[in-house]
Amino acid sequence: MSTYSTSQFKNGLKILLDGDPYNIVENEIVKPGKGQAFNRVKVKNLKTGRTIEKTFKSGEKVDGADVMETEMQYLYTDGEFYHFMDPNSFEQFEAGLAAVEDCIKWLKEEDMCTVTLWNNSPLSVEPPNFVELKITETDPGVRGDTSGGGSKPATLETGAVVQVPLFVPEGEIIKVDTRSGEYVGRVKK
Amino acid sequence: MPECPLDAVQQRAFLYRHIRQFFAERQVMEVETPVLSNHANTDVQIEVFQTQGITDDASTAYLRTSPEFFHKRLLAAGGGDIYEIAKVFRLGESSRRHNPEFTLLEWYRLDWTLFDLMDEVAVLMQSTLNAFGWPKAEVKHISYVDLCQLHLGFNPLANEKEELNRSCQEHGYHGDAMSHSQCLDFLFAVVIEPKLNPNELLFVYHFPASQAALAQINPEDPSTCLRFELMWQGLELANGYQELTDAEEQRQRFEQDNQTRSAMNKPTLPYDAHLLAAMASGLPACSGVALGLDRLLMKLLKTESLAGVLPFPTNRA
Repeated sequence: MSTYSTSQFKNGLKILLDGDPYNIVENEIVKPGKGQAFNRVKVKNLKTGRTIEKTFKSGEKVDGADVMETEMQYLYTDGEFYHFMDPNSFEQFEAGLAAVEDCIKWLKEEDMCTVTLWNNSPLSVEPPNFVELKITETDPGVRGDTSGGGSKPATLETGAVVQVPLFVPEGEIIKVDTRSGEYVGRVKK
Repeated sequence: MPECPLDAVQQRAFLYRHIRQFFAERQVMEVETPVLSNHANTDVQIEVFQTQGITDDASTAYLRTSPEFFHKRLLAAGGGDIYEIAKVFRLGESSRRHNPEFTLLEWYRLDWTLFDLMDEVAVLMQSTLNAFGWPKAEVKHISYVDLCQLHLGFNPLANEKEELNRSCQEHGYHGDAMSHSQCLDFLFAVVIEPKLNPNELLFVYHFPASQAALAQINPEDPSTCLRFELMWQGLELANGYQELTDAEEQRQRFEQDNQTRSAMNKPTLPYDAHLLAAMASGLPACSGVALGLDRLLMKLLKTESLAGVLPFPTNRA
C-alpha cells in the first residue's frame, strides 16, 4: 500500500483514515512561530460523502487509499444492485444504491460513466457532464413560443425531472448538464 | 515578471520608510548584523539552512533564523536600543503564510518590561494601520491561561498530557499521542486561533514556561514565562520576550534543545558561545520583539497569500 507524507498533501489526494477512503479537498499548514507544525485538512469521506476536518502533525505519514477512476458502461439494475462493466477487460462490478444515488437518474443502459473503485468495489459513479435523454412525459408544447419566457417540468426516460422551455414537446431528445441538472438544448436527430 | 503587483513593492518601501521614521523619532538605532553565522539556533521546531564553513576549521556555516543572538551581543557591548529589518531563513516552511526566506523587524528596549514593549508594539501597529488607511484597531491584552479558559473552557497547564491528547482528538487531531507541549501547540494554533476576532490587536502574554525559548520565567508564576505574541487578522504577527539574561540558564536551555534534538533523531547544532560569553559579561535587562513584515504587509494590503507581496517567492527566486 502507498503511504504519503503530509508534505505530499494536495487537493484530490486519496487517503485512508480509520479504515475509510477520503479525498483531500483543502490542505493548510498551521505553524506556531515557536512550535510544532500541523497540516489541517478538510477531507471528504468517499463512502458517505461527508466532509470533516482533521489535523496531522507535519511530517507524519498517512496510508493512501487505493482508489481508481475507470470509464465503464452501465449495464442494468436488478432492483438491488447496479451493474457496470469495464469495456476493456469486460470485468463486471456491482454497486449499491449509496454509490449511484446521485447519478443513476442520468444513466440509461449502455451509457458510459466514470466509476471510482476502492479495493475493487465501486465507491461512487459520475455521469458524463452532458447526457442526451428522451422526454417521456411533459405538458403539451406551446407551438411557436420560442421566447424562452417560461418553463415546465419534463420527465426523462431515466426518471429524472428537468425544467424545459414551454415549446419543447414530449418525445423530444434533449441535452442536459448533469452538474447543474439544467436543460441545455434540443438534440436534432 | 514579479509574482506580486508592483504596487506591493512600492507599498513595502513605504512601510519600511514608516518604520524607520518611527524608530528615528524614538532614538532607536538601526543596525545590520550577519546573515551567515558559525553558530545555529538550536530551537527544536526550527530547521536551519546550512552551507560551507566560513573558516578553515569549521565545516559548516548557518543562515540565521533570527538576528537576536547578534543583537544581544551588541546590547551586552553597550549598543543601547537597537532595531533591524532583517532577512532570516527557516528551512521547509512554505505555505500561503510561510516563505523559507522572510523579513523580520526585530527590536530591543533596555530596562523595559514585557508590558512596556507590548505598548510600543501597539503604538507602532496603530500608526502603521493609520498610514495604510486602516481604521484604529481595538487593543486587547489577555494571558495565555485566560485565553484558553475562554475558548477551551479549561486551563491546559493544569492538565496531564493524556487529557490534553483527548481534547486534541475531539478537535480533529489524527495521529499518535503528542507530548504536552505539542498538545499546547495544537490547541493554540488549530483550535483557538481561528476563533479570535481578526480586527483586534490581541496581545497574548505569559506563555507556558515550556515554550519560553529565550524569555525569562515568570517570577510570580514559574509555570509561565515572560513572552507575548501579537495576533491580528488571524495571524501570529509578533513574538516578544522579556529577555533571559542569565548566561548559565541560557546554556542549559541550549543543551536541553540539543538533547531533545538527539531524542528526535535531529542533528544537534553548535550553539553560540559568543552569545553566552556576552551574557556572562553582562546583558542589560531588556525586552525584545520580532514582527513578521511580510505577513504584516500581506494583511495591510488585504491579500490572502504571501505571493501577493513577494516579488519573487522561493519557488521563483
